[in-house]
Amino acid sequence: MTDAPRGETSHDTIVASGLTKSFGVVRAVRGINLKLARSSTVALLGPNGAGKTTTIDMLIGLTQPDAGTVSLFGRSPRDAVKAGMIGAMTQTGQLIEYLSVRELVTMMAAIYPAPLDVEEALRISGAEDFAERQTRKLSGGETQRVRFAIALVADAELLVLDEPTVALDVEGRRDFWSAMRAFAARGKTVIFATHYLEEADAYADRIVLMSHGRIVADGAPTEIKATVGGRIIRATLPDVDLTSLQALRGVTTVDRKGDAVTLNCSDSDATLRDLLTAFPQVRDIEVRGAGLEEAFLELTLDPDEAAP
Amino acid sequence: MIEMTYLRYEVLRTWRNRRFLLFSLAFPLVLFLAVAGPHKGVIEDGVSLPLYWMTGMIAWGSMVAVISSGARIAAERAVGWTRQLRVTPLPTWSYFSAKIFCGYMMALLSMIVLFAAGSLIGVRLDVTQWLVMIGLLLVGLVPFAVMGIMFGHLLKLDSLGPAIGGVTSLFALLGGAYGPLVTSGFLFDVVKCLPSYWLVQAGKTALVGGGWPLEAWVVVAAWSLVLSVLAVRVYQRDTKRI
Repeated sequence: MTDAPRGETSHDTIVASGLTKSFGVVRAVRGINLKLARSSTVALLGPNGAGKTTTIDMLIGLTQPDAGTVSLFGRSPRDAVKAGMIGAMTQTGQLIEYLSVRELVTMMAAIYPAPLDVEEALRISGAEDFAERQTRKLSGGETQRVRFAIALVADAELLVLDEPTVALDVEGRRDFWSAMRAFAARGKTVIFATHYLEEADAYADRIVLMSHGRIVADGAPTEIKATVGGRIIRATLPDVDLTSLQALRGVTTVDRKGDAVTLNCSDSDATLRDLLTAFPQVRDIEVRGAGLEEAFLELTLDPDEAAP
Repeated sequence: MIEMTYLRYEVLRTWRNRRFLLFSLAFPLVLFLAVAGPHKGVIEDGVSLPLYWMTGMIAWGSMVAVISSGARIAAERAVGWTRQLRVTPLPTWSYFSAKIFCGYMMALLSMIVLFAAGSLIGVRLDVTQWLVMIGLLLVGLVPFAVMGIMFGHLLKLDSLGPAIGGVTSLFALLGGAYGPLVTSGFLFDVVKCLPSYWLVQAGKTALVGGGWPLEAWVVVAAWSLVLSVLAVRVYQRDTKRI
């Protein structure tokens, strides 16, 4: 065992500090600090182009950061990978040909020091039904399951999944996440990237929200949902003082266009009650969920970010 | 040290690839029987035409085998498989070794098939001569095995077939696999600098005895070295970008 660097405890799986990465003029990641506790399940949530994949690639040593450091279990990413401590499912990828699913998973299991039983990996991933089939005859969803089985068979301490459900339908997604849950329940650390708030909310104990290469929020799903998963109330309310609207319970921001007002709410139920009591003349009330994209936009429009 | 189970499945994959078998085994065999079957005379310096053509076709077939095996990396690169492997404990060297091993396995198969065909139509060598010939062929294939790994990182999938076909045919033709191209003068000096020439000469060398001359070893070593340096550079350029 290598000694852990200063400021890091054996409790942490991943410690990343000051990670930056540019591709030409595109600043993909602009300073990421991240610590992952052992046995936690963390979602890296953000829209496309937020820098999630680049961040994950730096965490597992596929991409060299321009600046900053990553330590996995107190080692460099390459050393942790060599020691078989990481099971990973990268964002894209097909399987190699001329093998059946079972043969391929067996082949991959052989390169890990302490692999999971192949049948077990096939069962958890849901690939056992087509274990005898040749890899080139699989559908997109089946291919994802096999790729998941390959990540599982490592039986690694850390499981890294980059948008694992992209190719799956609704049912496939549900199956996938319950399989992931079953694996995490063995005390494994899991980090996954997604652009679905619902997935992050349902399956992670912590959400790290990324936008434009930065972490813009980090906390328990309930906290993140309060930030980005709020609701919007729109109504017609002429000649009203915006500050009095701002004072209503559960309001985060207010806006007015002519007679129409827009209230961004963290607790729209409370806001609505107060609104009707305080302004009985309000009409055309419309309540809807704030989209994740809008929330991201709001979070990233702070002044220092707006400047190029 | 290559993981044996991993290697076993790589061998299985090679064996199941029928196109691979066709090009490295069937084509050279058919061409050998078509040419050497009806012509049994002496081609040069006491070397019979069947022996010369047997060695030539082995040189061609085994060249295709070792280059294609390494070049299959391009297919695995194209589907993102090599990227997947880079987050596993499999060392890059083991990945390459398995490819080279499979290439040599097919090359040996190509030798056995053509030896059998040669014996059938009257090629006679004693055990020592067979062994010398196999040994020289295995050594002579080293630059081509390295070339395969290089192609695997250099070429796009759709240019792979034409590239392998073109390069192996050119090396085979210039090396004299389809009959001696030139036997004297400046062009002959150029031809003698090709590793494929010495592959084709393995049969004659085994017959006469005494092994390759020094220049053969120098040519094979130099090609191996230069191609290795190029392969490492191509590999580094390729993996840096991902």
